[in-house]
Amino acid sequence: MKFLQRSYIVLVFLLLYIPIIVLIAFSFNEAGSLAEYTGFSLVWYEELFADEEALTSLRNSLVLAVSSSLIATVIGTFAALGLHRMKSKWIKGSVNTVTNIPMMNPDIVTGVSMMLLFVAFAGILGTSDFLGFGTMLIAHVTFNLPYVILSVMPRFKALDVSLSEAAQDLGCTPSQAFFKVELPEIVPGIVSGLMLGFTMSLDDFVISHFVSSPDFQTLPLYVYNQTAHNVKFSMYALSALIVITILIILLVVNFAGSFGKKGGAK
Amino acid sequence: MNNEKLIELRGVSKSYDGETVLCSIDLDIHEHEFVTLLGPSGCGKTTTLRIIGGFVTPNEGKVFFNGKEINDIPPHKRPVNTVFQRYALFPHLNVFENIAFGLRIKKTPEEEIREQVKEMLAMVNLKGFERRRVDSLSGGQQQRVAIARALINKPEILLLDEPLGALDLKLRKDMQVELKRMQRQTGITFIFVTHDQEEALSMSDTIVVMADGKIQQIGTPEKIYNEPENAFVADFIGESNILDGVMLEDYKVRFSGHTFTCVDKDFAPKEKVDIVVRPEDVDVVAVDKGMLTGTVSSVTFKGDYYEIIVDVGGFKWMLETSDYVAPEATIGLHIEPEAIHVMKKSEYSGKFGDYSSFSDELEHLADPEEEEE
Amino acid sequence: MKKGSLFQRLAAAPHILWAIMFIVFPMIFVLFFAFTDADGNFSFSNITSLSQYGHVFVLSIAFALIATVICLIIGYPLAYFMSKQSPRAQKMLMVLVMLPMWCNLLIRTYALMALLDNGGLLNSLLEALGLDKLSIVGTNFGVILGMIYDFLPYMVLPIFTAMTKLDPKFIEASQDLGCTTWQTMTRVIMPLTASGVISGITMVFVPSISTFYISQKLGAGKIDLVGDTIERLFQNPSTYNVGAAISLVMMVLIIISVTIMNRFSDDKQPGDPKAGKGGGIMP
Repeated sequence: MKFLQRSYIVLVFLLLYIPIIVLIAFSFNEAGSLAEYTGFSLVWYEELFADEEALTSLRNSLVLAVSSSLIATVIGTFAALGLHRMKSKWIKGSVNTVTNIPMMNPDIVTGVSMMLLFVAFAGILGTSDFLGFGTMLIAHVTFNLPYVILSVMPRFKALDVSLSEAAQDLGCTPSQAFFKVELPEIVPGIVSGLMLGFTMSLDDFVISHFVSSPDFQTLPLYVYNQTAHNVKFSMYALSALIVITILIILLVVNFAGSFGKKGGAK
Repeated sequence: MNNEKLIELRGVSKSYDGETVLCSIDLDIHEHEFVTLLGPSGCGKTTTLRIIGGFVTPNEGKVFFNGKEINDIPPHKRPVNTVFQRYALFPHLNVFENIAFGLRIKKTPEEEIREQVKEMLAMVNLKGFERRRVDSLSGGQQQRVAIARALINKPEILLLDEPLGALDLKLRKDMQVELKRMQRQTGITFIFVTHDQEEALSMSDTIVVMADGKIQQIGTPEKIYNEPENAFVADFIGESNILDGVMLEDYKVRFSGHTFTCVDKDFAPKEKVDIVVRPEDVDVVAVDKGMLTGTVSSVTFKGDYYEIIVDVGGFKWMLETSDYVAPEATIGLHIEPEAIHVMKKSEYSGKFGDYSSFSDELEHLADPEEEEE
Repeated sequence: MKKGSLFQRLAAAPHILWAIMFIVFPMIFVLFFAFTDADGNFSFSNITSLSQYGHVFVLSIAFALIATVICLIIGYPLAYFMSKQSPRAQKMLMVLVMLPMWCNLLIRTYALMALLDNGGLLNSLLEALGLDKLSIVGTNFGVILGMIYDFLPYMVLPIFTAMTKLDPKFIEASQDLGCTTWQTMTRVIMPLTASGVISGITMVFVPSISTFYISQKLGAGKIDLVGDTIERLFQNPSTYNVGAAISLVMMVLIIISVTIMNRFSDDKQPGDPKAGKGGGIMP
């Protein structure tokens, strides 16, 4: 029985990973073909790093991910605080529902809805050149917000009121109590919200697809354009790099870092 | 107690959303005293404690500390520290930093902090635990850290909000003894909140019995136990047989169809009263020698005594006796004048019946929220 | 805390403003565009013209349903077996489930295409062996395969999480009460992991029904799904209105199906198509 279970696990994971392994393996294939393997080579990596567009889009992706996740974290953390302290159940409920819309909706609907908003605004302003970094930033902050609130809110809810009271009892002013006792309890939620937002933003293709312009391309958009027509082996190289980067991050977070432990012990 | 008054509550009332929690409380607490606020859940004891701690502002009345009104003084400026119900240890700080917290806020020099924390850890028997995470400690150890964290600030008063509630019985008994020792050693006034009457009796200098937002009685444990003010106090503290009686004249009271000699006087003639007789104060005698006669309806072995329920003309008495009595036997009951305590009628009269449906478990089942508050 | 200070009460204000501007308004614009013509006049013509897209909807729903069911059939036993491995192995398997989730969808789809394409590895191998080529890319099967491949981890993760949260005492208790292994499965484990199944279903169904990249790549542009249609209609300003109408209908369809599904689960959590992604890395 145990053997059968293990075989099943191995089989499914094998099927799941064969395409990725093939992709990585052939990114080192000199021939630039899936039909024949002529030898190990870094030629496709060289081509990738020689491609100005690829490097620009990587930089764009990072700039967008950092700025959108930071903005979303600031707005979202304050929102979680405000919503937590809010008395009116009705307002709280409707704000939560609205916030979660981008999370529930298919990305394509979120994408086109934001595009329509920008189109309408552009129409009012009489401009046609409206898509770019600004619209991307707005869109990314918007879809990051629910994730930040989702990570921070439980921390506020789990806060023991008597912690703040204990701090005041021991001589803290109310604001000292917030910074010395409550904030350290919330920080892990803020950090995971920030990281979540950062990765969601790096990863997003569909929403960006509708609110971007050729002037400001992110990495996923670059991959999309590059893979639109023919097979490009420099894209194999890029994909291999991304997969390996993510693998390393996941391994570090799950096995080495105390960060994973902290997150787990909530 | 001849010590100085430390805390005075005068006409203190508190209500939440129109629901009265405290109803015009007057209370004096003196220096070096171990005071226990005792009562069932919802009686207002925790609210009283939080008013003294500064976490709750009363709607009416004044709170004095050393004769000065402190109604508007925030918690962090009061010379009072609290041991919270679930300890409220700071999870991001280790044992040392938790205990040092108050001193750090006061910007005490590092050297002094180290010394005092060490002293405190010795006092609560936690030497060597400095670097431990607080969530790795057992309930009893967390309790000790919470006490050390409060005491290190040398407060004039230490407030303890049901601190032993989460501990098991054995640990609880040990902590009772230790708390008492710490109180004597430091000379700090302790105000202790509990719903456990045994805990209150064994630890306190003064017990304040509370119910329904009012103080029912203030006194030493002996006084509270032996001379309860009303039926509520009699019922809440220890086991008691509470009967309706009539004071015929001074030292003469009639109940259960018999006239008894008692030690109470100064009641109006024919005044209706409540009578309390403790189970251990009733002697089992032969039928012909008894003042009352009854049939034994149950016998329970309790280790050093038997607890028996006796039906006397339809009223079930509880008795504690060291001699075995057979169920269904008919026995006589003898009550000494000193064993009879006469109380004025109160709003609680008649609320506490006899022992006809007595069971420890039933009592708990009937009050599922006992552990709350 | 006694009263929230002014600051605390206003803390949510920027977010509320943002949500109105960039969540509520865009939704209103979808509605507006769906019910107006190109000149901005009120019109039902977009909605009525949707009948010509009926087959696209049917095809999309069918594909998404098939992919979801197969993901469940593969994923449920997988999650169950995974939960029975040693804690260390579970941790490693968790990473293996999460890795594809954190890789961009484009990359995963592209990798699958590299394997299955006419000039791909599979067909090169078959050719070398002297066998007939399999044309998978460009067929319905290829698109469904792509959905299963891309979204299987989204099914496995929430079910696996629910499995690991299951107290083994329940299983022991059911055995103690006379359940066979199968009865324990159907009467105890399945009901207790239902919430995981529901979120798994949502997390596979929603992206499947709205995808356009998978059908572009693995359908080789020959298979038109709702996502492709929307994407195409939004290339050209003159068809924004019809595109908005289709988006609206899809949104309503999804809201209805998610609501129905959540009825089956006691879990009050919103059907969250992506939460597993974040939920995985920092549980």
